[in-house]
Amino acid sequence: MIDAMLSALSHFAQIEHILFLAVGVGMGLIIGILPGLGGIVGLSLLLPFIYGMDQISALAMLIGLVAVIPTSDTFTSVLMGIPGSSASQATVLDGFPLAKKGEGARALGAAFSASLLGGLLGAAILTGFVVIARPLILAFGSAELFMLAVLGLSMVGVLAGKSLPKGIIAAGLGLLLGGLGAAPATGELRMSFDSVYLMDGLPLVIIGLGMFAFPEIIDLCRQNRTISETGGLGSGWMAGVRDMIRHKWLCFRCASLGALVGAIPGLGGSVVDWIAYGHVVQTAKDKSQFGKGDIRGVLAPESANNAKEGGGLIPTLLFGIPGSGGMAVFLGGMVLLGIEAGPSMVGRNLDITYTIVWSLAIANVLGAGAALLLSPAVARLTTIPYGYLAPFMIIVISFAAFQATRSLSDLVALLAVGVLGVLMKRFGWPRPAFLIGFVLAANTETYLYQALQFYDWGFLARPGVLIILALTVISVLMGMRRQPENPVETEELSHSHAIKKTPQILFVGLIFVIFAIGLWDASQHTFLGSVFTGSISVVMLLVTALVLWKLVRGSPDDAANYDHEFDLAHQDHKPVAGLWHFVIWIAGMVAATALFGFIIAATGFFITFLRLKAGATWRKTFFLTVLAITGMCTLAWSLVLNFPGGLLQDMVDLPWPLG
Amino acid sequence: MSWGRIANMSFKAGCAAATVAFGLSATTITAQAADFSGERIELIIPFSEGGGTDTWGRFWAPYFTTFLPGNPTVVVRNIPGGGSTTGANQFEARAQPDGLTAIGTSGSTQFPYLLQDKRVNFEMRDWRVVLASPTGGVVYVNADLGVESAENMGNLSDVKLVYGSQGATSLDLVPLLAFELLGWDVDAVFGMQGRGAGRLAFERGEVNIDYQTSSAYINNVTPLVTIGTAVPLFSWGAMDDDGNIIRDPSFPDLPSFPEAYEMMKGEKPSGPAWEAYKAFFIAGFPAQKLVFLPKGTPDDIVEAFRTAAQTATEDASFIEDRQAALGEYKQIVGDPAERIFRQAVSVPDDARVWVQNWLTEKYSVQF
Repeated sequence: MIDAMLSALSHFAQIEHILFLAVGVGMGLIIGILPGLGGIVGLSLLLPFIYGMDQISALAMLIGLVAVIPTSDTFTSVLMGIPGSSASQATVLDGFPLAKKGEGARALGAAFSASLLGGLLGAAILTGFVVIARPLILAFGSAELFMLAVLGLSMVGVLAGKSLPKGIIAAGLGLLLGGLGAAPATGELRMSFDSVYLMDGLPLVIIGLGMFAFPEIIDLCRQNRTISETGGLGSGWMAGVRDMIRHKWLCFRCASLGALVGAIPGLGGSVVDWIAYGHVVQTAKDKSQFGKGDIRGVLAPESANNAKEGGGLIPTLLFGIPGSGGMAVFLGGMVLLGIEAGPSMVGRNLDITYTIVWSLAIANVLGAGAALLLSPAVARLTTIPYGYLAPFMIIVISFAAFQATRSLSDLVALLAVGVLGVLMKRFGWPRPAFLIGFVLAANTETYLYQALQFYDWGFLARPGVLIILALTVISVLMGMRRQPENPVETEELSHSHAIKKTPQILFVGLIFVIFAIGLWDASQHTFLGSVFTGSISVVMLLVTALVLWKLVRGSPDDAANYDHEFDLAHQDHKPVAGLWHFVIWIAGMVAATALFGFIIAATGFFITFLRLKAGATWRKTFFLTVLAITGMCTLAWSLVLNFPGGLLQDMVDLPWPLG
Repeated sequence: MSWGRIANMSFKAGCAAATVAFGLSATTITAQAADFSGERIELIIPFSEGGGTDTWGRFWAPYFTTFLPGNPTVVVRNIPGGGSTTGANQFEARAQPDGLTAIGTSGSTQFPYLLQDKRVNFEMRDWRVVLASPTGGVVYVNADLGVESAENMGNLSDVKLVYGSQGATSLDLVPLLAFELLGWDVDAVFGMQGRGAGRLAFERGEVNIDYQTSSAYINNVTPLVTIGTAVPLFSWGAMDDDGNIIRDPSFPDLPSFPEAYEMMKGEKPSGPAWEAYKAFFIAGFPAQKLVFLPKGTPDDIVEAFRTAAQTATEDASFIEDRQAALGEYKQIVGDPAERIFRQAVSVPDDARVWVQNWLTEKYSVQF
């Protein structure tokens, strides 16, 4: 082992390895800033260039890229409320409110220093852990993985906000929509209504963008101001670094958590940030500021998601089982380099393993350093009037969305999920609870089914299951500790207790109908194919009925009653447009895409929006439109990507990028 | 490593970064027949990035760049979805027969086609095949079952076997059909994310029978055989030029499936179940990964691709790199590829009906 470590160290004495690592880091920073792209796209861009490179340099380059994506995707999560990748959805919750308060630079400083700590700690844990990881990973069978999913679902309790029934319904809705498509046990297609798009299930990236980015964009458009309420950047990034140092134990805990969860194959990296976020909310004494800009809500997911990449390497290297899409491409890269994953990675190839692990550490230092240096400049985006920023944001989320399957359906799905997100935001339904349900739906169902097949109900008595069960109980109890009263929040809520409750009641009715459809669909399938979605629908129909009853018959003070639109005059920034105004703008762009294809629709959208909404001059409009469209075409060309076409493209053959 | 090489590589890596940062400008030059100078050829991979078929496509792409006339840039375009039918449907609907679009498929594309899945809107039979990349696989069981080799695998008939599967219509159809032919009582537990997950379940003791494709078997299962926790039974086998199933050259000491069947049952396999097995076996293993050009592609273009593939397989660096990405197997190009492809897509009708009925009865698959 010492030999392998020394041999790995000697690789780093060679300057070219560090140089290639830096190339990877540079690429990772660029890719990470663009939302929706992430490690998969970045790695596939690098793969053609690793031919003829020596193994160590190529690995360093690939790892450099993987390592910094969870660092740089923070930019959009914090500054624009657009989750850069599925690993930084939780960062949006508190990071974006901080940017809105004019503390974007501080939030970025905290996020990057937490990323740095998380990445380094992850690598340190790996160094010791990698040689003994095998038995531990094998200890997590289907039964334990199911219990871990339940532990994740128990976070709904702390993320539910004021009204627990609404939190439970939101999570239930996530579970139901997550169960769309092929049933794990039988392959039956559920709730797909013969649409090939729905047969594959809804893509996570679209759920993330629709739930978080879409409603924020709509809100900001309506208020038509800069993202930063003060118009400034606030105290600089050093303040954020000091925040990290103040909460260093929290970051340590979350980083260890991230490395561990990342190392368990089958759980998937996309829950790590939520588990870390749930953890910090549970353990905090004063929970009142979470969701409104608590710096700890940024530190926890960011320290965890960088450590996760290190953890994710363990199953990839030791078993050849990639824990995420990015790791799958990394594994492909290893194959192209002639390195086969397997037990030999902790045997005769241990030096390569250590090289990979330490490349990860160095890449984290380089990446966090570069991101910190960039952050004051990038944070200035929050001081641009939103009329100018909005068309870019809308194009960015559309581009990110159709990375999922590269079709028009992605845009339609984004619009549909976005409208759901807007309504959930308006009526105070906890969107994080929905996300948790959605992310864990497949795991919960698959592992429960497998555990029952392998062990029958006896799986509940397995020691691992009992340990995780105990953790779940502790976690729920900690989350139930009484929250201290917060006078500001109480006052704010009283302005949201609507007297006119019809819109809310209609929305709850809609949710009721969705669960009813879920139940009807379940009745069309075999027992194994329908028991999961069917049971969820039945339980949720009951809870939804309860909430409906509370709304119709209960007092206006009930926690379930919440309508953000009820008292607009009370809000700090009175919206200049109605709730649906900008939703219709985006819907218009999607409709134009269906007719003329994406590029023509986007160009038209840019020009009209800038002229009518931002009041830009023709010269400015022309310049910004050309900038956006060429930028997007350039990116699409290098990604070998065709833009979604419309009716026009069906009738006439047009040259790329129009066709 | 010389500085020249480093400079060269830095240049390459720099280009990688530049591709993202600045992109490349598109040039459209109409090519003369079978000369692709300045062109960009898209190799459609109907799966997402990462994973076996994507890696295989990315392994091949630069060799086509090097050996096609005019050295076109060959890029991989991933069109995932619909269990790989989305990409294949798009290829069928949009690809022009000008050699600028090719597709790389896998067994998971062939199977829905053979089973007449309703999502399939393509006629694979009309496509022009360029090359076939074979692979193999080995079936192994837990050593606790008390079987030492294929010699006494008849003992397994009285044992409850558990197999971790990705789904009955995936590549796992081949092992499930094989177990059916052998008359074993195998409980298939679905929902595994890839063969790797099945192997992990085997190592945890959750399943007691599994198979892995050749390279995964060599890297990850051989150590288990060495320490005595796993016992290999048979390989799926390989195809010789006359269309017979022979022993897999990567595992010369293991019987092929038909051999093992004969050892256990005392007779050669036959009947519709066997016919069905054979067709899906060919489409799933000896012809697992295929490169096609669209229907109606002129012969000179097809020939250019075939020649490029043939030259590549004889190239020193190809042979050196092949091991990891493609395994020990010889790549099949040109007429032999045509032959094996024809075998793979011609399932006798009664055999197809038999499989469909069997899938519906045993695994409630709806057609």
